[in-house]
Amino acid sequence: MIEIKNLHAGIAGKEILKGIDLKVNAGEIHAIMGPNGSGKSTLAQVLAGHPSYEVTGGSVIYDGKDLLEMEAEERSQAGVFLAFQYPVEIPGVSNSYFLKAGLNEIRKANGQEPLDSMQFLKLLREKMKLVEMADSFIYRPVNEGFSGGEKKRNEILQMAVLEPKLAILDETDSGLDIDALKIVAGGVNKLKSSDNAFIVVTHYQRLLNYIVPDFVHVLVNGKIVKSGGKELALELEAEGYDQIKEDAKVTA
Amino acid sequence: MSDSEKSVEELVSKEYKYGFTTDIEMDQIPPGLTEDVIRTISHKKGEPEWMTEWRLRAYRAWLTMEEPHWWPNFKYPPIDYQAISYYAAPKAAKKVESLDQVDPKILETYEKLGISLNEQKRMQGVAVDAVFDSVSVATTFKETLREKGIIFCSMSEAIREHPELVQKYLGSVVPYSDNFFAALNSAVFSDGSFCFIPKGVRCPMELSTYFRINASNTGQFERTLIVAEESAYVSYLEGCTAPQRDENQLHAAVVEILALDNAEVKYSTVQNWYSGDKDGIGGIYNFVTKRGKCAGVKAKISWTQVETGAAITWKYPSVILQGDESIGEFYSVAVANNKQIADTGTKMHHIGKNTRSTIVSKGISAGQGNNTYRGLVSIAKDAKNSRNYTQCDSMLIGNACSANTFPYIVVKNTSSSVEHEASTSKIGEDQIFYCKQRGINTENAISMIVNGFAKEVFKNLPMEFAVEAQKLLGVSLEGSVG
Repeated sequence: MIEIKNLHAGIAGKEILKGIDLKVNAGEIHAIMGPNGSGKSTLAQVLAGHPSYEVTGGSVIYDGKDLLEMEAEERSQAGVFLAFQYPVEIPGVSNSYFLKAGLNEIRKANGQEPLDSMQFLKLLREKMKLVEMADSFIYRPVNEGFSGGEKKRNEILQMAVLEPKLAILDETDSGLDIDALKIVAGGVNKLKSSDNAFIVVTHYQRLLNYIVPDFVHVLVNGKIVKSGGKELALELEAEGYDQIKEDAKVTA
Repeated sequence: MSDSEKSVEELVSKEYKYGFTTDIEMDQIPPGLTEDVIRTISHKKGEPEWMTEWRLRAYRAWLTMEEPHWWPNFKYPPIDYQAISYYAAPKAAKKVESLDQVDPKILETYEKLGISLNEQKRMQGVAVDAVFDSVSVATTFKETLREKGIIFCSMSEAIREHPELVQKYLGSVVPYSDNFFAALNSAVFSDGSFCFIPKGVRCPMELSTYFRINASNTGQFERTLIVAEESAYVSYLEGCTAPQRDENQLHAAVVEILALDNAEVKYSTVQNWYSGDKDGIGGIYNFVTKRGKCAGVKAKISWTQVETGAAITWKYPSVILQGDESIGEFYSVAVANNKQIADTGTKMHHIGKNTRSTIVSKGISAGQGNNTYRGLVSIAKDAKNSRNYTQCDSMLIGNACSANTFPYIVVKNTSSSVEHEASTSKIGEDQIFYCKQRGINTENAISMIVNGFAKEVFKNLPMEFAVEAQKLLGVSLEGSVG
């Protein structure tokens, strides 16, 4: 589905990603773990096309297309979704209006008829059950006045409505209590299929108890230094990142 | 400059589409202002002696006043009042009895502006008075309204047909000596609308006036007077546009509203005068005095304005809350783009007991625009238990614009309360990126964000106007469902 080769990228002239290689197939869940400042969020933002980040080398092929050549909205329309670590507030714009606008743009780009308000509302209500959100969220302004947990749940709701092919979850677990974490993870598990893929960026192993990855990659200092199965996450949890950082230094 | 900022600039600098002129034979008096000119205007309009005298008193008062230049952030070259022509009227427009007699070119002009004067074609529920340069060219639905005792006509006609009402109320809220531009308006005002809603009548349709400046070297000085007697209700709309010209033109209007016991007047404006080009050449100086007086108990006056045009706007629609338990409201969206200056706000004078006022101001600055909220909330000693709530929000687009807030608050008793909230935000790259990541392109994202920002004000506009206002911000209708 997506193949990242020797990806270099940075912000304001500072290189953060120093040669990332990663291949994700449909039906797979990949976890990216690593200490603070290792470049996890940068990778997520670069894949989604944030304009502040500059790609300085390497390639990303998504669904046979050069992802890096695409505008952020084109990536979204092609099925790339980013669940933000810090979801943005848009005062005065209702959650449903925002999401309907997004969904219909994506449908349009894929040659589908836009949904009318009634059809959309029906879909939205269905998906809201997935993440156990109250009806009142439909009309509240996008993320405004939401608690940290509500914002994260709202990201998963958006993902559920937009049904991406490739979903990137950027520290979706941070700031969540255990109940919210279960709800978010439950949402992801229900959406998972053989046609889509997930890249789950996280600092802690905790989330991976609920979203079980097929592969775990450890990112240190802008490079993937270790890859393995789900047991790698448990290893990290027990030993911490220090050992792996040491190892990385030695091999570097 | 980043891509998203470029798009912002493109979006907010869309071309002014009302900048055309109508080629029509005009009866225009030569530039200059003297007592004779005022007599000429008054004579041309067939006015009674008392009206001529009132104008002359205003003119004499104006001569003793100085053109205001007091805001430090608000500069304009002194205006040459002798270079302005104070009366311009389409030649054919005299004594029009029905729409058939209105010059087709003028009807076409209004059609082009999206205002159909043909009653059959119009949506039921809105009556229109169309003012072309100095005169009213048509008023629709007059008969329907008359059956209810409502008078809705041009000011000129009101002076001729209802002199007792005009004489009683004209200048009762904004005296001719009020300020420099109000005095000038009182001396030379050409036309405008007159609305009178008698006791106990709820006006069944929106009343609307559409002002169009067409001739060059003229000023537009319209005068609007709205009187709502006891328990009457009316919703009034005002729209305005002007052709694109290189020189600045002066628009100095006066609007007076009087609400008696339990009466309610809603006044909505969508102002889209030509704003000058991106270098600040040309455009309308929009120096307007608007004031309402809640003279009776439980009277209510509500101003809603969307100010997108004009080179300089200087306007503070205010409410005198004289009656006990009366209510004043001010909802405003002001846009300042390119080199526009929008200096606007309100004054709420609490005089009666238990009076309430609400102020919601949304300023949007883009390009090198400067947007200022300037407002006064004054609560007199005897205005016990009065309350004010003020919210001033500014949104900045790009790095070269600015926004200011100058709230003045004077409270002279201890039982009243005043709340003031203010915020400034910038359309950030992150907000736009968030929308793009959900499939929405930059242009639509900005529309959505700006509309969301202004929503609280738009929801106070009548539906038809809300649509126009949102289009004016260069956007599609947000939240058309609910």
